[in-house]
Amino acid sequence: MIGNLIQIANALSFSALLFIVASGFTLIFGLLRVVNLSHGSLYLVGGYVGMMVAVATGSFLLAFIASALVIAVMGYCLDRWLLNRVKDAELKQVLLTLGVAMVLNDLALVAWGGDTRTIPIPELLVGAIKIGNFFYPKYRMLVIIAGIAIFVVLWFVYNRTKLGALIRAGVDDREMVQAMGINIRRLFVFTFMLGSALAGMAGTLGGAFLTLYPGADAEILVFALAIVIIGGRGSLVGAAVGSLLVGFLANFGQVWVPELSYFIIFGPMALLLAFRPLGLFGKA
Amino acid sequence: MILTPAIRYTLIGVLVLFLLSVPHIFGDYPKTLATEILIYGLFAMSIDILAGFAGRTSLGHGAIFGTAGYVVAYYVATMNGDPWLAIVFGLLAAVLVSAIFGALAVRTSGVYFLLLTLALGMVVWGVAYRWTSVTGAENGLLGVARPQVLTDLDTYYYFVLGVVAVMALIVRRFVYSPFGQAMQGIKESDSRMRTLGYNVPLVLTIGFMVSGFFAGVAGILIVYLNNFVSPNSVALALSTQGLLMAILGGVGTLWGSFIGSAVIILLQNVVSFYTERWMTILGLLFVLTMLFAPEGLLGKGRALSRRWLKSQSSKS
Repeated sequence: MIGNLIQIANALSFSALLFIVASGFTLIFGLLRVVNLSHGSLYLVGGYVGMMVAVATGSFLLAFIASALVIAVMGYCLDRWLLNRVKDAELKQVLLTLGVAMVLNDLALVAWGGDTRTIPIPELLVGAIKIGNFFYPKYRMLVIIAGIAIFVVLWFVYNRTKLGALIRAGVDDREMVQAMGINIRRLFVFTFMLGSALAGMAGTLGGAFLTLYPGADAEILVFALAIVIIGGRGSLVGAAVGSLLVGFLANFGQVWVPELSYFIIFGPMALLLAFRPLGLFGKA
Repeated sequence: MILTPAIRYTLIGVLVLFLLSVPHIFGDYPKTLATEILIYGLFAMSIDILAGFAGRTSLGHGAIFGTAGYVVAYYVATMNGDPWLAIVFGLLAAVLVSAIFGALAVRTSGVYFLLLTLALGMVVWGVAYRWTSVTGAENGLLGVARPQVLTDLDTYYYFVLGVVAVMALIVRRFVYSPFGQAMQGIKESDSRMRTLGYNVPLVLTIGFMVSGFFAGVAGILIVYLNNFVSPNSVALALSTQGLLMAILGGVGTLWGSFIGSAVIILLQNVVSFYTERWMTILGLLFVLTMLFAPEGLLGKGRALSRRWLKSQSSKS
């Protein structure tokens, strides 16, 4: 029983991390129609940046902020210099970001080597919390809290602010937003930076308990893809539901049938897509 | 094209002569490269069947290519089976995987098709990577011997050349057949084809299976060339590379696939001579192609030559 509780808590913390990654991915996909296949690379580079800052300053909070900022700037450059040149050609954009992912991963390998690296966590978060009669690592609790907090903040921005209204309107009908005289280009740049920043901060959060290594980018990307395909393009609630599904399937799949753990996630996803091509919460 | 038939046939003749004389001109290493170029050209061509003639860009073909290879390797190396019979099993596996991929993916199009095939390909990679008892995990399966007759590299080169040539002609026949025309109709407008009474998902699924068959042939040829198979043979990087070859050559040109294959494989070998950063170069190549020549090298060349001819004729 206790073992199961720990597994459930682990699945929750993994889901929370996946949500932070996938929410950025789905924002960009929903509004800009860009499937950013370099999102996983942004996560990994964000993690490495966080690691360097954490080691240099000893502050985890600084590392978290730095990774978000640096990756937001990277997202800005990606959008400005590359994606902007192949506007409204979805396939070209996807393949372009695939090229960017290859370059980033290779350069990350040069910069930080091929060994597995971990971000040191602050003293305060080392150890476990006693809940009822079982112990759970404090740091993983923090990840769960961070995931929930980011969901709440995004939900608030999305549903209660003018900016969010614009983003939602842009997801539903881009031409209409433009026709109303809104500067959609600015909105796009902001969204792309926000989405990238989410990938960057997730890199720091994940780097402390999932470790960072070449290849982590592709794994995270594939999870994010699965989540967005399940949840539906541009849907925040979809991303949350999808993250929980994928997080639990991945976690328990690895415990129960390690040999087929990929199957466990993608089997249901493929079936779902065959019947609901737009995902659970997707709109045409 | 500005080629008159006479020039065209001369060029084809020279090319055929060159391909036939490769083993007599070159040493072992370039011979292996030439064999690889032919095999990956066929692989890229199989991707081009869907991308160029059905308007569906797949990032899962590496998985089909690799599955055929794994089945052959398992039957030959692990079960000590007959290498010729192994080819039959490998092709059956390729078509089966394609049928599953196709059935699940053909209801989607554009980016969703790409993502779904990518995810399905990752499933196959995950199985190859984790199902240690069958696939040997990271180490893959070693010691896959070619059929006795083809042991010699020269003989194998001619065998590959023959197989690839025959396959390329079949592919050509296929895409210009009534069925291929139906696929092209779907590429133009699937709602129109539905109205005309075509069973669009069925046509696409069959198209996917045909495409997968050729990817499988390429996958088997490469296993017999390298004598081993590993998770890299089913990895996303392979699907990516095959797609880039097809795009570089020009989507919908078929023959361009071999040009793309030659460019990438030769470049890879030249680059790896000077630097370890092949992935960076390949990624940059992808980015630059998308920015400056999305119609591929052939298409770009045609556009440039047309522009040049125009400028010449306007001067006179």
